[in-house]
Formats: sequence, C-alpha cells, structure tokens
Amino acid sequence: MMQQPIVIDDRKSDLSKEVLLHSGQDSSLCFQCGKCTAGCPVAFAMDLTPNQIMRMVQLGLTDDVLNSQTIRLCAYCSTCSVRCPRNIGVADVMDSLRIMAAERNIPGTDRSRKVNIFNQAFLDTLKMFGRSHEVLAMLLFNLRSCQPFHNAKLGLKMFNNGKIKLKPDRVKAVNEVKEIFQRINRLRKGA
Amino acid sequence: MQRIGVFICWCGSNIGGVVDVPAVAREAAKFHGVVYSAEYKYMCSEPGQEMIVSAIKEHRLTGVVVASCSPTLHEITFRKNIARAGLNPYMLEMANIREQCSWVHQHEPEKATKKAIELVRRAVAKAGKLEPLFESAIPVTKRALIIGGGIAGIQAALDIADAGNEVVIVEREPTIGGKMVLLDKTFPTLDCSACISTPKMVSAAQHPNIKIYTYAEVEEVKGYIGNFSVVVKQKARSVNSNCTGCGACWAKCPTKNIPNEFDLGMSMRKAIYVPFPQAVPNRPVIDRERCRQFVKGKCGVCKKFCPTDAIDYEQGDEFITENVGAILAATGYDLIDWTKIYGEYGYGKYPDVVTGLHFERMVNASGPTGGKILRPSDGEQPKTVVFIKCVGSRDEAKAKEYCSRACCMYTAKHAHQVLEKIPGSQVVIFYIDVRCAGKAYEEFYLKTLHEGAIYTRGRVSKIYPEGNHLIVKGADTLLGRPVEVVADLVVLATAMIPSAGSADVARTVGFTVDKDGFFQEAHPKLRPVETNTGGVFLAGVCQGPKDIPDTVAQASAAAAKIIGLLSHSEIAGEPTIACVNEAMCSGCLACRGICPYRAIEPKEIVERLPGKQVTRVVASVNSGLCQGCGACTVACRPGALNLKGFTNEQLLSEVDALCQ
Amino acid sequence: MKVAYYPGCSYETSGKDYEISAKMVCNKLGIDLVEIPDWSCCGSTAAHSTDHLLAVSLAARNLALVEKMGFDTVTASCSACYQRLALAQAELAQDKKLLEQVNEITGYDYKAAVKVNSILEIIAGLDEESIKAKITRSMEIFRIAPYYGCLLVRPSKVKIDDPENPTIMDRMLQTTGAQVVDWSHKTECCGASLSVSNNDIVISLVSRIIKAANAADANCIVTACALCHLNLDYYQSFATQTKGALKEMPIFYFPQILGLAMGFSKKDMGVEYNITDTSELVKKVV
Repeated sequence: MMQQPIVIDDRKSDLSKEVLLHSGQDSSLCFQCGKCTAGCPVAFAMDLTPNQIMRMVQLGLTDDVLNSQTIRLCAYCSTCSVRCPRNIGVADVMDSLRIMAAERNIPGTDRSRKVNIFNQAFLDTLKMFGRSHEVLAMLLFNLRSCQPFHNAKLGLKMFNNGKIKLKPDRVKAVNEVKEIFQRINRLRKGA
Repeated sequence: MQRIGVFICWCGSNIGGVVDVPAVAREAAKFHGVVYSAEYKYMCSEPGQEMIVSAIKEHRLTGVVVASCSPTLHEITFRKNIARAGLNPYMLEMANIREQCSWVHQHEPEKATKKAIELVRRAVAKAGKLEPLFESAIPVTKRALIIGGGIAGIQAALDIADAGNEVVIVEREPTIGGKMVLLDKTFPTLDCSACISTPKMVSAAQHPNIKIYTYAEVEEVKGYIGNFSVVVKQKARSVNSNCTGCGACWAKCPTKNIPNEFDLGMSMRKAIYVPFPQAVPNRPVIDRERCRQFVKGKCGVCKKFCPTDAIDYEQGDEFITENVGAILAATGYDLIDWTKIYGEYGYGKYPDVVTGLHFERMVNASGPTGGKILRPSDGEQPKTVVFIKCVGSRDEAKAKEYCSRACCMYTAKHAHQVLEKIPGSQVVIFYIDVRCAGKAYEEFYLKTLHEGAIYTRGRVSKIYPEGNHLIVKGADTLLGRPVEVVADLVVLATAMIPSAGSADVARTVGFTVDKDGFFQEAHPKLRPVETNTGGVFLAGVCQGPKDIPDTVAQASAAAAKIIGLLSHSEIAGEPTIACVNEAMCSGCLACRGICPYRAIEPKEIVERLPGKQVTRVVASVNSGLCQGCGACTVACRPGALNLKGFTNEQLLSEVDALCQ
Repeated sequence: MKVAYYPGCSYETSGKDYEISAKMVCNKLGIDLVEIPDWSCCGSTAAHSTDHLLAVSLAARNLALVEKMGFDTVTASCSACYQRLALAQAELAQDKKLLEQVNEITGYDYKAAVKVNSILEIIAGLDEESIKAKITRSMEIFRIAPYYGCLLVRPSKVKIDDPENPTIMDRMLQTTGAQVVDWSHKTECCGASLSVSNNDIVISLVSRIIKAANAADANCIVTACALCHLNLDYYQSFATQTKGALKEMPIFYFPQILGLAMGFSKKDMGVEYNITDTSELVKKVV
C-alpha cells in the first residue's frame, strides 16, 4: 500500500457535513480514543478500523472512506455507539457512509462488494414480492458474485430441516411497495 | 446641584489612536452638570492624577467622571485620587472607552468617537445622582475553621496555626489523614506516602493552636466574613477521653469480619476499632450498627477489658459552637463508583478488576496483603497486569467529561511497582493521552516506559473472564488494530468526584458548586482559593481534580489568604451593598429566597400610625454577608431594595442618557 | 390482551420455529396476536444500508397498517424487524417533516402514534405469577446461556434493556425453573446478515460465542432473534469441528423453552426444525 502524504484542506471537503446531514452524528466530536475499534466484532476483518474511518471523515478523505470495505462490513451491531464516550452514533455514521457510497454507485471491492451484492439481491426480491425471499436472494447473490455453490450446504441443511420455502410469499398490494421504491427513485433523480 | 468634572484619557495610542479624544472632551463640556472637562495622555500617571486633584479644588467639583480603561483596572486608583482632594471616593464614575470602545472598534474611528461620547454622557448622568458612601468596619475573629482533615486541611491548619492563629479542624472520619495515608508511594519521587503524611498528622494534633474534631460534622454555619458562628456535631464515639489507645478493647471485641473501609473492604476490622495503627487521634470508635452491645443489647466485652474506664455506651451526639473569622473547605474526593456504570467491564462482578486505590492498599506494606500484589480472586501473584486509564473520566456519555489529572502519573507509578515487585511480569497500559505536566513527571513516565511497560493507545471496550484469566479487549489506534490481552489483574484508573456529602457542606456554609459538584472558586485564574462568599476559602480536590503537590500548594495558598484576613483586627466592609427602604418594603421576602449569600433576614419593625402602633415584618440586609450582587433588587416588586452605588434612580438616569 | 403482530419475512422459513412457538405461547398466556393484514418487508439491513428514506418508508407502511387496524401497539418476534420498526417509529415521532415526506412516499396518512414492542417485552410485561401459573414441567435440567445479540439492546434509542447486561429474558426463563448461567457473550454480535456474503466472519464470531457458552457450562443457548438463531445454529458446527473440545450447543428460541415448560409437545414448539440436535436435552423433560 502506498502511503501518500495526506493533504489537509478541510475547505475542500464537506464529508463531515454530509455525514452530519445523513446521520445526525457530529464526527468532529471524536477524540480518537479507539473504544469503537476495541469493541467492534468485525474490526479484525476490516481494512480500516472504525476509529480510522472517524478520523478520515474529520479530515475529509472522501475517496478513502467511501472505497473502504469497512463501511459495508459494519454489521450495525451498535456496540460502538452505546460505548462511545463522546456519544457519537458511530454505527449511524457507518450507515450514512455506505448510503453515500451507494449514491455514488461505488460497488466496493472484495468483501464489501459481496455485502453490496447481497443487499441489492435482497432488495430485488423485496421489490418483486413485497417481502424478501431468502432462497432467491441467496441464489441471486451466488450468481452475481460468481460463486454458484456458495452456502449450498447451508441451503441443503435448511431444506432438510423444512426451513426453506421455494414459493415466494407475495404481498397482495405489492404495487404499494413498488411505488415506494419508484417514488424514492424519482426523488433521488430529481435531486 | 452637582458640579462635575470630566477627565478623558488617551491611554497613549490605545484610546487616542482611535477615538478623537479632544472632540469627546469638547462634547462632554456641554453635558448637564459638567463644569470642567479635560483630556490627558495618561490620566493614571502622577501628573494626570495631580491634574484631577487641582481641578477638584479649583472648580469646587462635587463629582468626577474618568473616561479611560475598565474600572477593574483603575477604579480604586481614581477613588484614592479624588479622596486626596477631599472628595468622598464613591463620588467617582468611570466610562470604559478602551476595552469597550477603542479596542473593539479599531477600524471605525468615527463610530468609536461617537460611542465614546455616548459612554461619557451615561457616566455624567450617573455622576449627577451619586451619593457619598462610607465603608463599614467589620471586626475579625482570629480563628479559622477547616472542614476536612486530609492533607489539604492539615497543611493549611499548620500554616495558619504557625502564624499564630487558632484553627479548628472538623473531620468526618474517626481519624484525620484523608486519602493520602491510604497511598503507598507518591510520584514522581517514590517517597513513602505514610512516612511524609503521618508526621504532619501528629504535628497538627500536637500543635497548641490546633483543635481537632474527628468523627464530627459541620451542622450549621451562621454569620459572615470575620464573624462566623459554627455548630459542630460531634458524633458519639462511645469512647471518652480517658482512652489511652492501648488496644485492649479491639483485641478482645468478639465482632469480627466487618469489612475495613480503610482497606476498601480488603481486610476485616472489629466493631470497636481504630482505622489504622497511625490514626490521629489514636482513639477507637464503636461502630454502633455492628456492635453487639448496641444490636443485641448485651456484650460489654470492651468495657470489661478497658483499663481506663473509657468505654461509654451512653454517650450521645454533642453539639459545640465555635466562633471563627474564616472557613476553609477541604473536603477532598471519592472515586466514582464504576461498578454502577461500566457493564462492559463487568459491573464489578469480576474480583480481579480493581481500582487504583485498591492497588495502593495492596502494594502498601501496611495493607491487607502486606505489600504483595495478589489477585483478590485466588491470592495468586499476577503475571500480566493491565491498567485502564480514564474510567469515568473523559467519558461524558457514561460519567464525567473532565480529566482527573492524577491518574496518568499514578498509573505510571503502579506500572513501575508491578515491574519492580513481580519479576518477569508484563504490564499493559491502555491510554488515550499520557498527560505528564508537572515537575519531573515526564521523566518518570519515560522511566516506566524504559522499564518495559507497554503503553497501548486505545480505550478498552470490554473485559470478560476466560478460565482463570480476564480477556481485555482494547485497540491500538496507532497501528489501527484491535488488541486482546490475557490478563491476570486489571486496574482501573477511576475518576475523582467530589466526596460524598460535599454538596451538603456547600449548602451549609453557603457557597456555590460547579456542574460536576466541585466547589466553585471566585475566579479560575486570579482568585483560585477563594469562593464568592467572603471569608470562605477552598483547597484540594474539592475544588477540582488534582494531585498531592498541587493540593498542598493550594492549601498553603489558601492558608496565606486566611492569614492575611486574620491579620487584621477589623476589615473594611464594602459600602456597595443592598439596603432596604423600610417604608416601601411589603415584607414579601421574595428577596430572601433569591439571595445567594443568605444575607437577607426578616425583621420586625414598629410603625406609628395615627392613633395606633403597628408591628410588621420587613426585609433586612446583613451588611457582613451581602456581596452586592444586586439579585434582590431585581426580585423586589415594590422597588424597596436598592444597591448602593447602583440605585434604581442611578441606573435609570444612565439608561435615559443612553437613549437620548 | 390484543396486540398487532408483524411476523416478518422469515416466519415460514428460517424463523419458522420461532413463529410457531411464539404464537402458541402467547395464545396460552392470553395474548392475542393479530397479524397485520398484507404486511410487507421491513427493509432489514439491505434497505438501511442503501437509502435511509427507503428504510423508514418500508417500515412506515407497516406501522400505518397497524394504525389502520385501530391498534396502538405492534409486536414482532424477529429482533431485526423489531429494531427496524422501532427505529422508524422513533424517527417519525420526532421529525414531523420526515413523517410528511414518508407519508407522501407510502401513500398512507400515518400519525406516528404506534408503539413498537418486541415480543420479549410483551410477554415480560405480564405479571410473573400468571406465567408461573401455566408452568407444568420443570426445566431445571436446562442450563441456559441467554443470548440477546444486538438488535434488542442497541442502539440506545430502541433498547429494551441494559445493553451490557440485559436480564429481561433471564428472569423470564427462570420462571420455568431453568438455570440461567451468567456468561460473557450475552450481547456480542453474531455477524448478522454477513452470514450470506462473508460467512467466514460469522463463523469466527459464532465460534467465540459458542466457546463462551461452553466456558459458562451451559447446555444450550436461547435466543430471541431469527437471524441470531440461524447463525448460531448452523455455523457452530464449524466451530465445534475445528475446536474439538467444544460441546455442541442446541439453540432454542425463548418461547420454545416457555412452551415446553407449559406442557406443549415438541412438535407444538417446532424443536425438530433445529439444525443442532435438541432432542437429547428435550427428551429429558418431555
């Protein structure tokens, strides 16, 4: 990894303001104690630790933050938020960052790409039926992430235990749900 | 009709560089009542002051306006100045045309000049309504009360007593000594805490000018600066002054296994006990809640074995009145109860997670383990000891926002002690910042690093047991990685908070506390050991977290202030205090509730009306207690209360002048 | 007591056993769960990770349906659904502008006055004696590690109990005579929806939880969340396989324990749907 010097110029970046707008969380309050990282169950698998993300938000390093895997690996368990001595909802900051990454169509890499693919697959089934469909979401994920037999063993076990239903469970007023997606889409495009 | 002289100061270029001073002087000459107006380069200088004196004499001035800097700087100078010319010093009014005009309007000189004229007009209007005021003489009782017999209280007591004044110490615990005697060694010099503090305790006890009440509390405080009347509640000790401290009673007492507060529950004491062998006074107390004689009504063992007939089961609480001229609050601190707050550290359910004070007792040769560092759970010597700093400090979400100041250094000392006492041990210190501002402090920290303490920059998120060990989940924010330590003992540097009951002391004595409950000093920089209540002073952690050197320094500073006060047989009372127009006072006493200094009391007066006499209640101001804040004058609906020097009439005339 | 009920999308699949047992137990306790007609997905992790407005709107449609039913309280068995509905409710009740915008998007006129409770809270709200009165079997052979996970106790806005040491489920399980162990991983995260996309992370987290339950000498884990259940139930085999010393932990839903204690059959409580073997333990009481 190249370690280019950080050019600090907070007039150029509105990252922390954008985060504040999205999440209501003021990242400038962070004093880098690292308790978020210390308690994060997923930190071991992240490319940047939660406190590093907070620091980068403070410094306005938008590209580094939005391209990190961390923001999508965060499971929103909110351990960080309830233990933050500065009362920052760190999990909400993470949530807002992945939303911003989605807005900018950043697909993510490696692990975070997989999270993103699954989320989209989940939402696709939701859009189709008004309710999510576990099997279809997992199949779509496998196809789109090019790993056709991923979690096949889990599927089989669940099938054997009678915990898989192939027929989708459809909401009668599925159009209402589709409308929700469409209206938000129009709103986002209009803006 | 007043004859007012106006004197405008250039303050070199400070005012003169912005404000057109001659123009202001010319305008001032036209104001109603002004008979003389002049300007000068430095009004506070010798020639400037001479100019005022001669003008007063020459023009028979009755009032003076000086337009210059802030009155905080030179009001007293000019008061003395006009007094030399024979005027009452309170016939002076100042207009601040520097801080509030030329300095803040540097780039708009015309507007600044206009504003200066307005400000002078205001001052002249008020000067026209000024009345001579006279300082009162308040007698001073040359004795001091010290609340709290910790190191701050002891140090101040010795200083004040050595200067020839009597001192009364009131300590809540059965012994003086406070927290310092609990400690093992003190940073950064590593001298033995007890060795340097117990001799001071003895000196205080033996000092002819010092009287010590232990196991006692301040029940009531009346009066004002120089003249306080204090009621001390001496709790029943159940042991009278015949006691020689021989120890027969506590050796024979059958009620054992009471957790000893002095060892934070790590050792046991009897129902009759002295907290520790060097206690001052070396006289036991009976814990009546635990003693069989009191709980079950029969036992009497201690009485039977006492060779001097000192045991007195019938003894009751005693109330003693002490008259003093000054009060020093030195009530110290407690550590925050982390077990109620930090679930992620186990809410206190893991015995091998202790506080720094527990560690002090453990590492202390006179402590419960005889100086050995041992795990409370199994008595084994730990190999890996983890220290966590800022537990309860720097955590406004769960506890306190402030830094407790002493923890960085005592944790470094603890680390040193572990590495010294346990060969092959490992020390990991989780920190957010290492704060070593103090003489020889940084050097001490570096020494600890050199000895092998592993400083890890990150806060710990969770502690949980695994087998015989504790897993400490932290982070190394410098490397950007989570950290897990398999620890045998975890020591928490918990926040200092004002000691239990300190809010009651503040209420009883009558001064304010800050948002965290620490006692509020009159000014954080310039009056750090005084409260806003005249004659009441502060020292030690009750004012804010600090270490022993700072506590002792502050105690001596407070002592110096008290010695200064007690060196006078009389002090001048400020005349700018509230006064009641009894004819207008309705006796509603709304002012009484609002007065922060408890200076207002109801008073009965007799009025003669045609054909009869009527007795009614009016407010009355205690001139010793009143600090001239003016809160009462705002609360007074009939407008009967006035602050001398700032009367309603005077203030309104100023407003009128400004609104012209 | 009548409460609007939100089953959540896993009600016939991974959370089938939860749904079955919760309904049975509630019925026995006199809690009438009235399913929201034509409910839709709450949006789950996928929605709130993609678009905040989408997440709130998807939840709001269901809350609006509850209001339409004339109910003031809705409950969900799945913790994820509970959290999404509760967070949306908290935001909508607080932010009038957002409420207006969301109503425009959903086409409903939601007033934001519905209370969202987890099913754990609903049952815990009954007085202990009335639960005890229904208990016919002693469950004392069960040494339970109660597992709360994240969604019920965090973030603070929607927590139902202390985030560091919740006890609401402990107390409920104790009414059955079961032993509840004190353990370290009550509220540690299982990895949630990463189980599909990054299951190696989930395996690692689940391993730690299983290890902690083993260390506390529990003989089963009880959860209140379909996703936690799936992760612990399925992925623990990876942990027990690699760390041979670990005992397999049957994973139950809390109503399964209550139901068994109340005399329901194994089938009624759907214990055969578990991936880990529950029969060894269950046969000792049934």
